[in-house]
Amino acid sequence: MPIEQETLPAGEHAVEQTSESRYITSPALKGNPDELRDLEAGLDKLQSDAHRKARIDWTRIILPVAALLVLILAWQLYVSLGFKRVDQVPGPLDVLSQFGSLWAEGKAQEAIWTSLQRGVIGFLISVFVATPVGLLLAQVQPLRRAFGPLISGLQVLPSVAWVPAAIIWFGLSDGTVYFVVLMGAIPSIINGLISGVDQIPPQYRSVGKVLGASRLQMALQIVLPAALPGYLGGLKQGWAFSWRSLMAAEIIAVGGTIGFGLGSLLDQGRTLSDMATVMSAILAILFVGILIELVVFAPIERRLLLRRGLLAGSTR
Amino acid sequence: MPVVLEHLGKRFGDGAPVLDDVNATIQQGEFVALLGASGCGKSTLLNIIAGLDHPTSGALEVPSDGAAFMFQDSALFPWLTARGNIELALKLADKSGRTTKASRAARAGELLDLVHLGGAGDKRPHELSGGMRQRIALARALAQDRQVLLMDEPFAALDAITRDLLHDELERIWKETGRTIVFVTHNVREAVRLGQRVLLLSSRPGRVVAEWNVTEEHRTDAGRAGELTGTITRRLREEIRRHAN
Repeated sequence: MPIEQETLPAGEHAVEQTSESRYITSPALKGNPDELRDLEAGLDKLQSDAHRKARIDWTRIILPVAALLVLILAWQLYVSLGFKRVDQVPGPLDVLSQFGSLWAEGKAQEAIWTSLQRGVIGFLISVFVATPVGLLLAQVQPLRRAFGPLISGLQVLPSVAWVPAAIIWFGLSDGTVYFVVLMGAIPSIINGLISGVDQIPPQYRSVGKVLGASRLQMALQIVLPAALPGYLGGLKQGWAFSWRSLMAAEIIAVGGTIGFGLGSLLDQGRTLSDMATVMSAILAILFVGILIELVVFAPIERRLLLRRGLLAGSTR
Repeated sequence: MPVVLEHLGKRFGDGAPVLDDVNATIQQGEFVALLGASGCGKSTLLNIIAGLDHPTSGALEVPSDGAAFMFQDSALFPWLTARGNIELALKLADKSGRTTKASRAARAGELLDLVHLGGAGDKRPHELSGGMRQRIALARALAQDRQVLLMDEPFAALDAITRDLLHDELERIWKETGRTIVFVTHNVREAVRLGQRVLLLSSRPGRVVAEWNVTEEHRTDAGRAGELTGTITRRLREEIRRHAN
């Protein structure tokens, strides 16, 4: 194999010096170390992000409230036009007063508290089960290939479909409710985690490898934090699935040792043909969902994206 | 301990070989610039030395603790601060669990000072400029405390002033730490500016076809350096033109 040694003797090309010196890094830059240090510090200062002052953005509060008001006014307008009987389509004020009396009876609080408690407990159990399973599936190829389609399939299967089976297995008990919630939430959290892991730039794994990470370290110190935005998306969806499955279970499975939840309230309203109670329950279910999103997930997500510099230019 | 490459070859699947019969010896403490046109397998060669990829033929000898690696894009973890990135490298490098959290924090502080970024430790990667990110990446690579440091076009995406500064910075750090550095670049000036030796890799298949020593004289005399740069550039262009038809 030919290897040329081209270290030329000194002085041979003295004539060319001036014409070719444009090829080299400017010698001035290699001069005074102090000057260089200042230059570097100056560049660092110029090029780093100036600290932006955070302040409360009122449009974040005013706009959603205004949107809500518009919807309520439209509802009231529709009721005032009188296309339907008031007992079939109650107005906003009727529903509010019905909710007030349910609250005074203590029924509303009981239902919200029971459902919320079950939803949160079911969701937390799902997180504890789904996270290690999802991480394992994402990291171990044969497992992923074997169980991946099944997990995706389970996500498509509506968890209400499990209610009859759960009633046969667990009777009318809290076991039925939790089983349905878990079957709804676990696959969606696993799927969220897996898709989060799939979207990790491959370079992060290379970096982890050259840094000498073991398999476990790679999973916990690099893959999991890198997949966090996707995982959080999975958690949000997992919560939504928990909450929906819970309502389905509560509507269908009533009685026995099952406590009185929002789904039960809804079902009671239907049995009594009490549209105002039905609407109260629907709105309560909706507002609990919105509240959890606003109080729990939105701040976490915002903080996560902000810290990674992913929020710039978004409409959030 | 030197890095020795013997008849190293690499092909992906049934395709044409990317590397063919690469021979080179890099002495301990040496700064070698690996030069070649884009797509000549420089990065593949570096990945093989780093253990990220395996050769299909030939043999290589690297220090048993492997090599530190610095990528073209800083590849800092966005969920950690600059300091956190360095501390994670220290933690992962520490297989026997001898270091404590406090000792790692102190070492990370030293490394930040070494790259002149002592004040930016608590910033996140997206808050830093490209040059600062590369310096943090360099500090992270040094945190691994391995004799060999592989650098894959680490300054290619930087502006000219920043790049010049980082050349000085890297030279200073190399002299202070005595690492063996293999620096991949397609920039002839950069290769002459940094390397003690410049290896030219041909394209398709990649093979070491020429090498030049950069002597002290080239460092002090801009004219001589320019002349060497010219010679190498001509040889590199010749190598690329070979593929024209």
